[in-house]
Amino acid sequence: MREYLLGNAAIARGLLEAGVGVVAGYPGTPSSEIIETMVDLKSERPLHVEWSVNEKVALEVAAGASWTGRRAAATMKHVGLNVAADPFMTLAYLGVGAGLLLICADDPYCHSSQNEQDSRRYAQFAGIPCLDPKNPGEAKEMAVFAFELSEKFNIPVMLRPTTRVSHARADVEIGQAAAPPRPGRFIKNPARRVALPSHARLLHSELLAKQAAMEEALESAPWNNLALHGDVGIIASGIAGLYAKEAIFELDEDLSFLCIGAYPLPKKLISRMLEHVSRVMIIEELEPVVEEQVQILARIVNPNAEILGKEGFIPREGELDYLLVRNAIARMLGKAERVAAESAAVSILPPRPPSLCAGCSHRATYYAMRKVFGKNAIYPSDIGCYTMAVGMGTVDTCLCMGASITLASGIRFGGEKEGICCSLGDSTFLHGGMTGLLNAAYNKARITVTILDNSTTAMTGHQPHPGTGMTATGEATTQVSIEALARALGAGLVETVDPYHLDETLESFQRAKDYPGLSVIIARQPCVIKARRSNARPKSFLVGEECIGCKICLDFGCPAIEFEKDKARINALCTGCGVCAAICSASAIREVAR
Amino acid sequence: MRTSECDLVIVGVGGQGVILISDVIGRAAVMAGKPVCGAETHGMAQRGGSVINHTRIGCRFSPMVASGGADVLVALEPAEALRFAHFLSPTGVALVNTRPVLPSTVTCGRAEYPLLQEILAPLKARCGKLIAMDATALAEKAGIAVAMNVVMLGALAGHIPLSEELILQALSLVVPPKFLEANKKAFALGKAEVE
Repeated sequence: MREYLLGNAAIARGLLEAGVGVVAGYPGTPSSEIIETMVDLKSERPLHVEWSVNEKVALEVAAGASWTGRRAAATMKHVGLNVAADPFMTLAYLGVGAGLLLICADDPYCHSSQNEQDSRRYAQFAGIPCLDPKNPGEAKEMAVFAFELSEKFNIPVMLRPTTRVSHARADVEIGQAAAPPRPGRFIKNPARRVALPSHARLLHSELLAKQAAMEEALESAPWNNLALHGDVGIIASGIAGLYAKEAIFELDEDLSFLCIGAYPLPKKLISRMLEHVSRVMIIEELEPVVEEQVQILARIVNPNAEILGKEGFIPREGELDYLLVRNAIARMLGKAERVAAESAAVSILPPRPPSLCAGCSHRATYYAMRKVFGKNAIYPSDIGCYTMAVGMGTVDTCLCMGASITLASGIRFGGEKEGICCSLGDSTFLHGGMTGLLNAAYNKARITVTILDNSTTAMTGHQPHPGTGMTATGEATTQVSIEALARALGAGLVETVDPYHLDETLESFQRAKDYPGLSVIIARQPCVIKARRSNARPKSFLVGEECIGCKICLDFGCPAIEFEKDKARINALCTGCGVCAAICSASAIREVAR
Repeated sequence: MRTSECDLVIVGVGGQGVILISDVIGRAAVMAGKPVCGAETHGMAQRGGSVINHTRIGCRFSPMVASGGADVLVALEPAEALRFAHFLSPTGVALVNTRPVLPSTVTCGRAEYPLLQEILAPLKARCGKLIAMDATALAEKAGIAVAMNVVMLGALAGHIPLSEELILQALSLVVPPKFLEANKKAFALGKAEVE
């Protein structure tokens, strides 16, 4: 049976059909729907699926399950692997019990990310196999194959979809869920589970010795395909293989074609291509991982071969698309390029950037923060919806998960004398902010940390976390108190405010500003998108005749406030938070009975 | 040489239901035994931003429609139609809901929303056929304002190589049963509008 599936849903199906026992991940676009689909599929086969506190935790949980004889997978976005890099590098030495799969979704063009790192480099760095799918169907097949490969070579395997695979849809063949497994058991084996230096030295040699065998096995993987035709060739990897295949078809040229989907690279196939052609173009998104290998092999196999790629044909940044690939091939062949259609009269179009929702409490918190700390204060921020508030003047930095607190500390220790008030979300705080807060307390950083607590992981689609009292599967669990955590980590002043109550929020920020140590303000109000879904009837507001057209409410930036004929007006997007009524200089905005 | 049977680009604003249209078409194509693929926007773009979806019926290649290659551009919002007009093939059909959704840049006075004619004229100049309709009003008429996307689906149905029967069958799989009749009515109103 075939179904029209999102790439990430196809990957989840693959995990289910491969008999995965434990799946752990941290939300991050474009990877989040894998765990979400896994939760939906749980009824078909008993398994443990969790939102972990961060990616390092997720990979370690998956590794523990693998060492207990259960096939396990960890999911994350590319930058999440930076967080998980510590266990990742050493797991390659220690190996697996049952198959261990790391699913790391890359985001060329930074659709929803702070960088566009290429995880194939990470796999190469750790010395583990990497599977690079070009469409949802392939991603599903690879997820199944990855477990077999992992068990065969006693090594974790990476599956690396990109945004255009994770968030592509295609008709995919659906199979049966694997039969439920027997309970796992941890088998003690210090030489392979305890990374003492004496063990690690031996394991490193073993890891290096595996490389040739893995390469040999992957030469014949179904995703490494060589078709020798004319003496001009194309080598493409991942989704670039799809663009190249389409271009070769459309241009109707007799080109030799090597499509690569599995790493370590198939050196024999590449060598055969190089022996056959006089000119070859390497097409891959981001880093020249394949191209570098081709350059090395060409010196031995065919030093006269002309090798084209990143230099002048295929960009090293951003994502590729069909036209770009087609035109690069056409240019190599001396054929006409197809000019991309020019954008229409877009200059007359108003920009439509993503923005904080109407009634979002982050806007209210930032308004109060800015009012108290002033324009000269420094506002390190973090990763989440609130980064979109960069226009409010309260987002001076965004580096990586949790870095707001540590950057704020460093800015203070660097000698900055102005007020420093940083901000990060609840999920971000629990993911990577706690150690930074502990460090700030320990090293006496005089800063204010604002936790924008909307009680969910909003940006990635409202996943639960330890502060919500609910697991990924919707079960009730211990609800961790952020206040208690902040105190335990050493913050001197900890206050919780409802950002919809502007006066109390301003007072709290003032106390935090005056406090001679580390202060924490927890601004708590549920995400408006979640509140709307829960069908709570919002209050209604309108702008009365008293409006003097001062535009203070308009500058607040809520999409529910419009300006018409010199007066403000509240539109249908209003969620009834009432903050605009509190900031109105003429007391013209008031609640109306409904 | 064509690399797909029919290429669609569906655009709108986050929350308007762009993905539902593509999901219905994808499922209908699978029922028809045709290969189908697509690509969509998640994440940042969902917070009131522009949303674009590519859907390729009868295609085994890349999930994205090339610039200048769309047989049909379905726009749930007029400004978004023009924003993504470069995807239209010169012989393509532009199917546009004329009801604007004002972006925050307009409501807060930093930008102006153009007149409908300023949007439709350049659009018409670059495609084979322009069909503009107030799909939001038709959805309201069907008694289900949020089904504006289904009105547009109804208008689109005659332009794609899938039978109406399969499209309606797929629709019944993705909308809640208690809203199915209202959605079918919305579909019929959209279809009637282009006939």
